[in-house]
Amino acid sequence: MLHKSQFNNPLIQWIDTRLPIFTFIQNEYGKFQVPRNINYLWAFGAIATLSLAVLFVTGILLSMHYIANTAMAFASVDHIMRDVNYGWLLRDLHANFSSFFFAAIYIHMARSIYYGSHKNPRELLWIIGVLIFVLMIATGFLGYVLPWGQMSFWAATVITNLFSAFPGIGDSIVTWLLGGFSVDNPTLNRFYSLHFLLPFLLLAVLGLHINALHVVGCNNPTGLEPQMPQDTVSFHPYITVKDLLACCLFLIVVSVFVFFAPTYWGHPDNFIPANPLVTPSHIVPEWYYLWLYAILRAIPDKLGGTVAMFGAVLVLFVVPWLDTAKVRSLTFRPTARFFFWLLIIDITVLSFCGARSPEGVWVLLARIGTGYYFTYFLIIMPLIGLFERARLVPASLSEALSLKKAVRGAVLLLAAGGLMLSLAGHAWADPELPAHVWHQSGPFGTIDPQQAQRGFQVYKEVCSGCHALKLVPFRTLQGIGFTEDQVKTIAAQWPYLVDDEPNDEGKILKRAPRPYDRMIGPFANEKEAQATMGGSLPPDLSLIVKARHGGEDYLTAVLTGYQNPPPDGFKLIEGRYYNRYFPGHQISMPQMLQDDSVTYADGTKATVEQEAEDVATFLSFVADPTQDQRKHLGIRVIVFLLLFSGLMYLCKRVIWRDAH
Amino acid sequence: MSIPPDSTALGTSKENQNGPNRRHFLYLGTAAVGAAGVAATAWPLIDSMNPASDALALATVEVNIASIQPGQMIVVTWQGKPTFIRRRTEDEIKQAQDVDLSILRDPEPDSARVQRPEWLILVGVCTHLGCVPIFDGNNLRLSDPDFGGWFCSCHGSQYDTSGRIRKGPAPYNLPVPHYSFLSESVIRIG
Repeated sequence: MLHKSQFNNPLIQWIDTRLPIFTFIQNEYGKFQVPRNINYLWAFGAIATLSLAVLFVTGILLSMHYIANTAMAFASVDHIMRDVNYGWLLRDLHANFSSFFFAAIYIHMARSIYYGSHKNPRELLWIIGVLIFVLMIATGFLGYVLPWGQMSFWAATVITNLFSAFPGIGDSIVTWLLGGFSVDNPTLNRFYSLHFLLPFLLLAVLGLHINALHVVGCNNPTGLEPQMPQDTVSFHPYITVKDLLACCLFLIVVSVFVFFAPTYWGHPDNFIPANPLVTPSHIVPEWYYLWLYAILRAIPDKLGGTVAMFGAVLVLFVVPWLDTAKVRSLTFRPTARFFFWLLIIDITVLSFCGARSPEGVWVLLARIGTGYYFTYFLIIMPLIGLFERARLVPASLSEALSLKKAVRGAVLLLAAGGLMLSLAGHAWADPELPAHVWHQSGPFGTIDPQQAQRGFQVYKEVCSGCHALKLVPFRTLQGIGFTEDQVKTIAAQWPYLVDDEPNDEGKILKRAPRPYDRMIGPFANEKEAQATMGGSLPPDLSLIVKARHGGEDYLTAVLTGYQNPPPDGFKLIEGRYYNRYFPGHQISMPQMLQDDSVTYADGTKATVEQEAEDVATFLSFVADPTQDQRKHLGIRVIVFLLLFSGLMYLCKRVIWRDAH
Repeated sequence: MSIPPDSTALGTSKENQNGPNRRHFLYLGTAAVGAAGVAATAWPLIDSMNPASDALALATVEVNIASIQPGQMIVVTWQGKPTFIRRRTEDEIKQAQDVDLSILRDPEPDSARVQRPEWLILVGVCTHLGCVPIFDGNNLRLSDPDFGGWFCSCHGSQYDTSGRIRKGPAPYNLPVPHYSFLSESVIRIG
């Protein structure tokens, strides 16, 4: 039987009568009725969907360049950043949008609880939403492992070991999850596979979520069901234009991070390649898992901590039944509102605890926070519904609209989300470093090629004796103003040789590097370096600016921070040097930069400070050779988005003028 | 939810006051700016699948040809493709030069395909479907001994001593890469 189509276009009608997809779109995204009073918090569903779409597109393109092999994963991510056209953009978008996807979902969830969107008849809608959240947690964790930095590796180790807490079968589960006895190549491979699979599952569940929504309809700030035609507006154009405007504003916020602070939400340790023998002194998950991490650590028992952490997520599944209140929206429930805001503060405090080392007051705070979290859901929520006295609820949505309430909640929720985001990200303290003014800092800053060239001279004449730049090809130097021929000469005169192709006799001989070769150092491998350097390992400097808190400031501080003799009472280990800024103050590297360690061709006076700043600038460039391009593009993107948001705002006003 | 369709659809009551033209201009303008934004966003995504800068950096190779004797050929890799460097004998050169261009499928004089008649440099990829042709100096599989060049065993294309297509399905001659003699004994391809 053919479907009766409303469309006049013959092609659309032909398809629609056989597969009523156009009717479906028109019903679900055109005519679908939405309460007219929903506020901008309702846009976070669309914002999250947009984030998911960006993650899909960038993720699939990244997967074309990424290599899931422990020997190559870290280098392949660096290759994406360095060599792939706009690879840095794909990677920075993917990393930042995963952060902001979580941010959007947290606001979306908080809004649901605040306005009672989980209550009858929307229980299943809420449960499917929590399922999406669980899939997000898993996908986010799996994806974080892929760059194969130190944080990746140790996150994989710690999280998989959670399962060892289960008595009896725990260890077998962990071995099965890892595909070995430690996190290794089989683990990375399956994590990559699953990181690809889970988003598609998430997409399917999202389909159910939206389907369920379109059956029960949208809640609204009053929590009252619409009764009359004038209580609602059609999804298109009223809600589409509002969602688009919100998405534009959201894109502006994300763009600021993508283009001007792409590593803001990340952690410097993840720019150090995974090392199974050394755990970083302070490991933390990404900010969006911090509250769960705090709950895990709050319980001084392995099984207990694991159960509490899983429980903190699982309890969300039964929220529709824990919440016994008859009135949906907290707008009319002052007592419940108080405890709700306490919960938001509680999760923020837990996030801070998760970012800190589990010592002193942070342990106590995490325990109080964990206690309140479960008390809220298991005790306060059920009881308050029975005992509180709700304020007078308007009889109908139309009546409520004339009261114009519930705006305050939206503003507060947004402010709380923003506060949580901005603070939790930087909850760890940077060491006190003397700040320098860098030509490359700020959104309009660029690398000064003159200074970077001087820095290269310092690197070549002083640092390269021990430190390699093994991710950086010589041709990169063209980015700071060396000509192609100069780069060729620099490579040909490099003191260290690379392996040539096998010659006609099959022998592998050494040859001078060429521009496409990388700036290798004197040591063939780490063992040789340690044997030569008396046990200490000079780190590779390719990404050193990204791999240390404080970046260029830290490098300059360490290079100039020597003190001889050390302060009274400080016990220096034999063969180490006292440095004010090096963690632990005992550094194996002697003070290498002295006044006039190099002679600058441009006549700049070679003081220790000058040399240190120059080499830090050079290393900033090699760690992020596309930084100038990134900022330049960012300014154009943000100007465009501002313009587009302005137009969207005008469209929204014109369209909504008819609805009021 | 069973709500009757909304009656306050676009542009009813106040349309005349706002002016439908100004309103449509705003919608169209916004849509155009949005479309431009989407188009501009597409470029980085597409470009990311183009060769990366490390692949481009390997776009030239330098080859020492001093040890190649007349009648010998070496195969080097350039951009991942087999590239033939053949030092032709006097006979091969004569064979290549004496061909009547009017009978060729892709007419090209030998002089346009070499910089020095002795050295023939070809990208060794059959222009039919990309297999690597085999040099068949003994005319074991070439249908005409006059060809004296390459035979592609995939689909039977036959090339002469200048790498020109003579018989079989391939439409064009074997391509000559951009190259230059850096000295008597070193050429740079690419």
